[in-house]
Amino acid sequence: MNTPEPIRIDRRVAIKWMLTASAGAMLIRTPSFGGVAPETAASAAGRPATGYGTDPDLVKGYKPGDLWPLTFTAAQRREAAALCDIMIPADDHSPSASAVGVTDFIDEFVSAPYPDNVRDGKKIVDGLAWLDAESTRRFGAVFADASAGQQASLCDDIAPEEPANPDLKAAADFFKRYRNLVASGFYTTPVGMKDIGYVGNVPLARFEGPPADLVERLGLTDEVKW
Amino acid sequence: MDIDLKSLSLSISKYYPMAFITPASAADKYDVIVVGSGAAGGQAAYTLAMDGARVLMIEAGRNYDPRSETPMFQTNDAAPLRAVGTPDKAFGFYDATVDGGWSVPGEPYTNASMEHGREFKWWRARMLGGRTNHWGRIALRNGPYDFKPRSRDGLGFDWPISYEDVAPYYDKVEMLIGVYGSNSGLENTPDSPDGCLLPTPKARIGELLVRQRGRRLGIPVIPIRRAVLTQPLDHRTIPAKLHPGNAKAQRVLAEDMQNRAACFWATACGRGCSIRANYQSTTVHLPPALATGNLDIVTNGMAREVTLDPAGKATGVAYIDKTTGLEHHASARAVVLAASACETVRLLLNSKSNRFPNGLANSSGLVGKYIMDTVGADWGGQIPILENLPPLNEDGAGGEHVYTPWWLYKEQIAGKLGFARGYHVEIGTGRGMPGGYAPYLPSSGGRTTYGARLKQDARRYYGSNVWLTGRGEMIPNADSFCEIDPKVVDKWGIPVLRFHWKWSEHEIRQAAHMQRTFADWIVAMGGTNRKEPDPDGRKGIEPGGSIIHEVGGTIMGAAPATSVTNSWSQAWDVKNLFVADGGVFASNADKNPTLTIMALAWRTADRILDQMRKGNF
Repeated sequence: MNTPEPIRIDRRVAIKWMLTASAGAMLIRTPSFGGVAPETAASAAGRPATGYGTDPDLVKGYKPGDLWPLTFTAAQRREAAALCDIMIPADDHSPSASAVGVTDFIDEFVSAPYPDNVRDGKKIVDGLAWLDAESTRRFGAVFADASAGQQASLCDDIAPEEPANPDLKAAADFFKRYRNLVASGFYTTPVGMKDIGYVGNVPLARFEGPPADLVERLGLTDEVKW
Repeated sequence: MDIDLKSLSLSISKYYPMAFITPASAADKYDVIVVGSGAAGGQAAYTLAMDGARVLMIEAGRNYDPRSETPMFQTNDAAPLRAVGTPDKAFGFYDATVDGGWSVPGEPYTNASMEHGREFKWWRARMLGGRTNHWGRIALRNGPYDFKPRSRDGLGFDWPISYEDVAPYYDKVEMLIGVYGSNSGLENTPDSPDGCLLPTPKARIGELLVRQRGRRLGIPVIPIRRAVLTQPLDHRTIPAKLHPGNAKAQRVLAEDMQNRAACFWATACGRGCSIRANYQSTTVHLPPALATGNLDIVTNGMAREVTLDPAGKATGVAYIDKTTGLEHHASARAVVLAASACETVRLLLNSKSNRFPNGLANSSGLVGKYIMDTVGADWGGQIPILENLPPLNEDGAGGEHVYTPWWLYKEQIAGKLGFARGYHVEIGTGRGMPGGYAPYLPSSGGRTTYGARLKQDARRYYGSNVWLTGRGEMIPNADSFCEIDPKVVDKWGIPVLRFHWKWSEHEIRQAAHMQRTFADWIVAMGGTNRKEPDPDGRKGIEPGGSIIHEVGGTIMGAAPATSVTNSWSQAWDVKNLFVADGGVFASNADKNPTLTIMALAWRTADRILDQMRKGNF
């Protein structure tokens, strides 16, 4: 199931969507994920016991790593960045995901102490390990060092939500979960918001509503009279 | 940018005359103690202080200053985890909740059953202003039917008061806090007199589509009412209407109103508002009340017990200073409980004495009984007509601009629906600020899209989702109540609440009706439902308490045997003890309760002033 975008919704709905999204991204362990150490990099590094607490300063800005240590190894980080940019490459409108710090966000996510992050973070780290192992098996190179064509062929095998080879199901679930994380990270940046066409968050003297030509094009002219 | 933010923040920075005190500096005796500082406590303290009563407010949470603590323009990438909810901040990093949420550290509550449909969730905030800092600002009046539901359909309880008793207070609260909205003339959806409402914001493009397609289904869509200033309040005329003959109150209020800015159409209201453009107790009720010099506030004060004299009159409140762990006592001629419905129940049940062995004001045995929440069920869909729209700034008033009031009164009273009470629909559309949840990206041919296609899809689908949120009336029942848990205490040693919950078939069928209706509405907009709603409303209904509209527990009524409080929200058993929060609700209309809480709190405060002037306590 897809995660709908964050439209103007009730907070409770947002929470529900978040829960649904993470439930939908549940990874099912298959033998193809075998060989991955049960300890994630994050847990091995020793997570802090708590997060930012119930009364954090809401006004200051935070960067990944400010509140809990980031835990990607250098190799994981390289691989995560490569996969970020396969998900969201640069185009004429905007740069790639890794260029605006999405790799840092993924690291922050998998390193966070909250139960959902511990659970999903392990799946992300396990998925990255699987991807490297599979790339090495197929191409003799870890994912980040594989050619663009090799990377694409591997991704195309795990892009189907229900892959023909059931052994790839866990990898496919990881791929979608990772895709959603990259999209979350990218479209919350100023660059991503501009790309998607979000033009709010600026003070206005008046709220004008939609322009008349758009209202007319959608056949809604009668609706602006109350 | 049309507004000079720097000069704006300078002009509002003078508004807080602090009268925050410590337990040691409290006066020996006050006229009134108010426990709690949210919608009820804020309104009660405001009305009392403006009319000259000396008031002590005791708030369990910390002081909170919206001027300096509100994240007004922070983007989600400046927050940890893109600002998504965590156990520390369940509604997201920027939600204006301090030390609260579904759990409060060191202050547990328990459930008698965690079976599906039996759980109750309790949202609390431990901060000055309580939950008013983050609420949705939806400010709907109860209608005439809503005060006499039993007379209409034989279920639940009538209130001992009618719409006409409350209407003048709705007028006053709307003028004081500022509510945008319009008069529709629709059934049981009261109009406001001229001068009460502010202009409605223009509808967003998706809201226009929802309206058009709703009409084809016979469902009305009208401007919603929210406590947001779409223009400055009229400080020249309103103070005299609210405080006739009280020159000081008029002067204080006129000055304070000029320090509230109108909405500048940016930032979600749930973050709070540093320019005071929406209602929260901390920006609307407390500043003028403090400016009178008649209000003292103790924060971090956890009320433990209402104390009594030998004659059974309330003498004050024993409370724990959370910063030291020491207990203190404050004295007053009258006590107002405004701690939120369930916290007020807890305080009463923990105030045991020889005279009241089952808890204070509980001779009826009804303290804690008939807790009600709002019925919640939602449905959403993606609407192709709204794809690929040009960039539009749809931040608007930081929340909904339109809604659907309950529209099937006639069918319902004729018994055609299978459930007895109605619901309204809150309509979510638009190109809001992207949050930490992935944008809508449908799979293509069963494949997870990525790469160049992902970026194209994100542009195409952004802003094309519609979410319909049902909010309905729950009928009070004997299986939904709270009591003191015999085994569990909080970190201060105070016994905690245990909740019991059960929906009736009325609520379950209503939830199913919501989702069926909304799914049809999505189709009428040209959308496709990703699945069909489950005809069993048990699947769609949100858990009890999760809409955070819990009321009841100290319900008002016409007789001491069948209610806890009388028509003035005055405890039948203790004449100088009042409940100002939602505890007194004898029914819980689909209308969001906050405006009614404030109207009743004002009315109760007027009664206290009247009784004090007559020397009755």
